Amino acid sequence: MAEIRLEGVTKRFGRTAAVEDLSLTIADGEFLVLLGPTGAGKTTALRLVAGLERPDAGRIAIGGRDVTAEPPAARDVTFVFQQYSLYPHLSVYDNLAFPLRSPTRRVPEAEIETTVRELARLLQIEDKLKNRATQLSGGQMQRVAIGRALVRRPSVYLMDEPLSSLDAKLRADLRLELKRIQVDLGATILYVTHDQIEAMTLATRIGVIDRGRLVQVGSPREIYEQPVDTYVAQRLGQPAINLLPADLLPANRLAAGTRTVGARTEHIRVTPADGQARGRVKWVEHLGDQSHLHIALDGHSLVALVDPDTALERDAAVDITLADPLCFDAAGRRIG
Amino acid sequence: MSTSAHSVVEPTGRTKAIAGSLVIAYALITMLPLVWIFLTALKTPPDSISYPPKIVFTPSLEGFCNLFTTRSRQTEDYIKSLPPASGTCEQIARARNMVVAGPSNYVPRFWNSVVIAFGSTFFAVALGTMAAYGFSRFRVPLADDLLFFILSTRMMPPIAVAIPIYLMYRELGLSDTKFGMILLYTAVNVSLAVWLLKGFIDEIPREYEEAAMIDGYTRLQAFRKVVLPQAATGIAATAIFCMIFAWNEYAFAVLLTSGEAQTAPPFIPIIIGEGGQDWPAVAAGTAIFLVPIVVFTVLLRKHLLRGITFGAVRK
Repeated sequence: MAEIRLEGVTKRFGRTAAVEDLSLTIADGEFLVLLGPTGAGKTTALRLVAGLERPDAGRIAIGGRDVTAEPPAARDVTFVFQQYSLYPHLSVYDNLAFPLRSPTRRVPEAEIETTVRELARLLQIEDKLKNRATQLSGGQMQRVAIGRALVRRPSVYLMDEPLSSLDAKLRADLRLELKRIQVDLGATILYVTHDQIEAMTLATRIGVIDRGRLVQVGSPREIYEQPVDTYVAQRLGQPAINLLPADLLPANRLAAGTRTVGARTEHIRVTPADGQARGRVKWVEHLGDQSHLHIALDGHSLVALVDPDTALERDAAVDITLADPLCFDAAGRRIG
Repeated sequence: MSTSAHSVVEPTGRTKAIAGSLVIAYALITMLPLVWIFLTALKTPPDSISYPPKIVFTPSLEGFCNLFTTRSRQTEDYIKSLPPASGTCEQIARARNMVVAGPSNYVPRFWNSVVIAFGSTFFAVALGTMAAYGFSRFRVPLADDLLFFILSTRMMPPIAVAIPIYLMYRELGLSDTKFGMILLYTAVNVSLAVWLLKGFIDEIPREYEEAAMIDGYTRLQAFRKVVLPQAATGIAATAIFCMIFAWNEYAFAVLLTSGEAQTAPPFIPIIIGEGGQDWPAVAAGTAIFLVPIVVFTVLLRKHLLRGITFGAVRK
């Protein structure tokens, strides 16, 4: 286990900067999730730590040792890929044993066998060890892939959207499993995703990344409640935050200079009104435990959350007020 | 709901029957010359040139005997004075007033073919795999131009450079040497190998090597442990193509070899030689010559079925 330290790391591909001036420290035993949309540079950041890319500028240290110039094999890291995770020409057993059979490690075959069998028990794939890697289901494949990362005890675990190719149920199961494993091992994990639920549930801290730049780092609650700008605010929250002109709706409190208010569902009070009201219900989405109310208002649309037993129906008139919304200035920075 | 009966894409029974009979007809037409060669190999020389051609005949080993031996004509009195014939071939030869004088050159020529074809295939595939990997994985300066240049060596028929190569080989002392022939066939095949294999290696996701490199392997070890096994299919296919070219090559073999390094293709026609046209011997030589390439292809056929990576790539 070890901490990861990135100092002013920059990586360009041609003229575009995939990662720009990235400074970030991931503490020993921390689960840090890099969150951002496709192309934001999060995978490149991960590959830089792994040594699969060399930075154009900056320094990377793992466990206090400068590894900027070291090849991947020397860094004592492990990497779970989004896909292509298993060697198709090897059996499940050989896939799991592969990292231990590296010529640099020279683990005796008997010890490999014990380790692999133990791990297979943990991952509940004991009966699949003899199978070709290609004969597994998607969930089993990804569990083996994670198992291959766990088979040796590296100082740092790097994961690139390891759950994104799985279906919803498996993703939820493996998410819990991953968190449990991380807590059990006290592992340092740098995890990349564009899925806000993974970020919220797994992370000790979240780093939000946009066009190669780290925009904000903080605990999931901090990122959710105190986003530095509209970009970060839009990354978290389900349904997504409503960004509206400051003068559109009455609010109990607005910071001076607010141009845009960010109203999450919990900031919105919806009350039924008579026909004179400005808000009009366009659509009610019943999700079972809650309902989403899609409201049209002076050419803007917003989404609010209401009780599942709401009496509001399509075309109903509603009044809306905001309670403690997020306030952003003209440049999109949060000012209150 | 029945899915197959009314499926738009599923061919109907009649289309299948038509397609099937077309394939079978084509296969028969293609097989006919081969069948004729095998039949001729088992005929006696008079049977082989009889008209109308004999479909039903008494099989004879005369063609094979004539292929593997040299014989000399003797007077009947001399043959009668000899002790009884010891082997089948001796018996057949004596029936034609001849005695077996010694082995023919067929076996050494055949061996030359084996050495040169396998040797050049090995080098072409080995060099091709490494070059293809380099082009596939690294940013090679002028890669497109280089690849085009490599391909352009195949744009003219190889025989167009026969005279320069003949002169070069004579100067360098490579004429009629196995090494020279291996070098030549390797040079011709390596461009094909690079292009074919680059396609196969491009399809192997780099993530596998990257995973291996993170797992503690060097690039070369990752290449051997991860890339090579997955490229096996492509390597086998390429090897078959190179092998077929080198095995069957005739023009350069005629031009550059005459004795020491002569391969079977230029040797087989000259069996026709003395005392009438010995078609059964030629057919026997051809039939035996076909065997290794057929065996080689059948052995590697398993690898040609592209099953190895199928299903592992989840997209």
